[in-house]
Amino acid sequence: MNKVPETTSFEKGVDAMKAQIDARVVSYLSSCVRCGVCADACLFYTETEDPRYTPIYKTEPIRKVFEHEYSFWGKLGARLGLKRPLQESDLADWETLVYDGCSMCSRCSMVCPVGIDIAYVIRKVKEGLAAAGYCPDDLVHAAERAIQIGSPMGVTAATLRATLRAQEKECGLPIPLDVEEAEYLCLLSSGEIAGYPEFIGSLAKILDHAGVSWTLSSEYFEATNSGVQLGSTPLARQLVERIVDVAEKLGVKTVIMPECGHAYSTLRWDAPNMLGRALPFGVVHVLELLETLYADGRISIDAGTDARLTYHDPCNISRRGGVVDAPRRLLGALAPNFVEMREHGAMNWCCGGGGGVSANSRAEPLRRRVFAVKKRQLDELGADMLVTACSNCRNMLADGLEDHEMNTELIGLTELVAENLVSDEAGSVPPVNPSA
Amino acid sequence: MGIAELVDGPLWYFSVAVFVVGVAWRLARIIVAPARTEFSAVSSHAAGGAAAVFSRFLPRREMRAASAYQYGWGYLFHVTLFILLLFGRVHVEFYEARIFGFSWVTMPDWLFLLVSELSFAALLMLLLYRAMEPVTRLLSTRGDYFGSILILLVMLSGCMAMDQTAEPLRVIHLFLAEVLLIWFPFGSLMHAFLFVPSRAYTGAWFGRRGIAA
Ligand code: SF4
Ligand code: SF4
Repeated sequence: MNKVPETTSFEKGVDAMKAQIDARVVSYLSSCVRCGVCADACLFYTETEDPRYTPIYKTEPIRKVFEHEYSFWGKLGARLGLKRPLQESDLADWETLVYDGCSMCSRCSMVCPVGIDIAYVIRKVKEGLAAAGYCPDDLVHAAERAIQIGSPMGVTAATLRATLRAQEKECGLPIPLDVEEAEYLCLLSSGEIAGYPEFIGSLAKILDHAGVSWTLSSEYFEATNSGVQLGSTPLARQLVERIVDVAEKLGVKTVIMPECGHAYSTLRWDAPNMLGRALPFGVVHVLELLETLYADGRISIDAGTDARLTYHDPCNISRRGGVVDAPRRLLGALAPNFVEMREHGAMNWCCGGGGGVSANSRAEPLRRRVFAVKKRQLDELGADMLVTACSNCRNMLADGLEDHEMNTELIGLTELVAENLVSDEAGSVPPVNPSA
Repeated sequence: MGIAELVDGPLWYFSVAVFVVGVAWRLARIIVAPARTEFSAVSSHAAGGAAAVFSRFLPRREMRAASAYQYGWGYLFHVTLFILLLFGRVHVEFYEARIFGFSWVTMPDWLFLLVSELSFAALLMLLLYRAMEPVTRLLSTRGDYFGSILILLVMLSGCMAMDQTAEPLRVIHLFLAEVLLIWFPFGSLMHAFLFVPSRAYTGAWFGRRGIAA
């Protein structure tokens, strides 16, 4: 078992960053014109106006490594004492900038005039910081729990079973567990099991309605990846391998990723590259599956809510995941009064809690402060209901609504679909009640 | 050999050689750097990366107001610079004599001076922004200032040397242009080439997911 990095080792950090310098990073690091445009795309800058939160500034450690190791002027400048190479104190400074002041939302990557995917480079910096041990204790402990217990929050298989029993009572349906050769395996985030278990009952109801063969797993159920949050590919790979093992053992064709943003983008887009091979199964986000079931006529949904309702795009599902249209098609069917925030879809504003920020208690005051951008968006719309599809976003939105004493109703899209399912004969299927 | 002969002869060839070899070397660095193979299954609604190479010439709707200064002055500077380089009478005569052996349509000198002033003003506005705005001030390196100031000096000396009666001014202008050619591959001026691979990489990454970046 790999040990979560604890000891400070500057060289390890520098070496880890050097190992990250691929062709793409070389191109990016060589083409920035330092125009500052990316600052205005980042909520950590717009809400604080502190220039240190400028996205590209967060990549300074790897730029310094690159310049010092690979560029003519960098080497010459360092020899002549004109350029200061990366120092250990920089890692301490950038730890807070990168882990507390970046939610890895990639909004900056959409706007750079020369085309730099800034978040891609920030992720590389994290790799160096994590290798050097410059990362928040909370994230290190979460990763330790994920490796040792199988859940960053310490949720065990026994807790899962108890939750499933409660949800079976709520939805009146058996919830399949450890069923071999099912078509789909659904993973869950610990946050869902602990905070939004009604997601499970809702999904059971929808999949039962559509006649989908599916299962959960008690052996390994965790969808989230603490290695990614920490920025450590070796840890991330271990957690991905557990998913691959359990999916292969059960013989499923497709893995459903639940309402969790980074869990989806990690397994769908990053995991094959971590493993160096294509996954032996398909990966769908739950919203993609629901939309397919709806489009294929396997579920019918009612325009059951006339609330003025809007959708918060989780960054890792929309911008970084590519799932933008599916929730809109579902909401189009569900809610005649669906309205979009001015910046939405691939240009949505983050909730502020992605990239491990939500799990990092040190970052909480900053995270609550940058929520102001979401509040402005919501105030502009005057929506009664806010729908999302990520339990982490949902927690952040709930905090923000509470902080600003806003009484906007908050709900997950899977639950909303379940509440508005239409059974073939007898009108709407009864809703799943959130458990206490 | 006098200074004028040096600037007209060996230094000119040297600066062009540094420019060509330097640019080629920096592009080669990207080509030879380890590329990563992509193993994820492409999205059913994927788009190619090439679109981003062009779409990023304009700011996204959501960013227009916030980036109007940089885009506005940036466009004015780049467009006027290309006009000066491509259609300035003295420049075209120089290309004809030194490089191509043929010429093409040029603009009148009064227009050249007007465009030069616009270009100069735009670059000055960008330089002021760089130096005064907290974000760009924090980001900018000595090389960024050096590159901008060098271009300003090239423009200034070029306008002063326009009538070509003052030989020393012509030599100074050519000398500064040569320094610029030598500096070009080492600083952020390389964005003139590197915007293409950078946009293409990013466009391909997002495009694979079906997102138009
Ligand atoms: S927008 Fe792009 S070019 Fe401009 S400062 Fe940011 S990363 Fe550099
Ligand atoms: S990824 Fe998001 S939070 Fe991080 S620097 Fe870019 S815009 Fe800011």
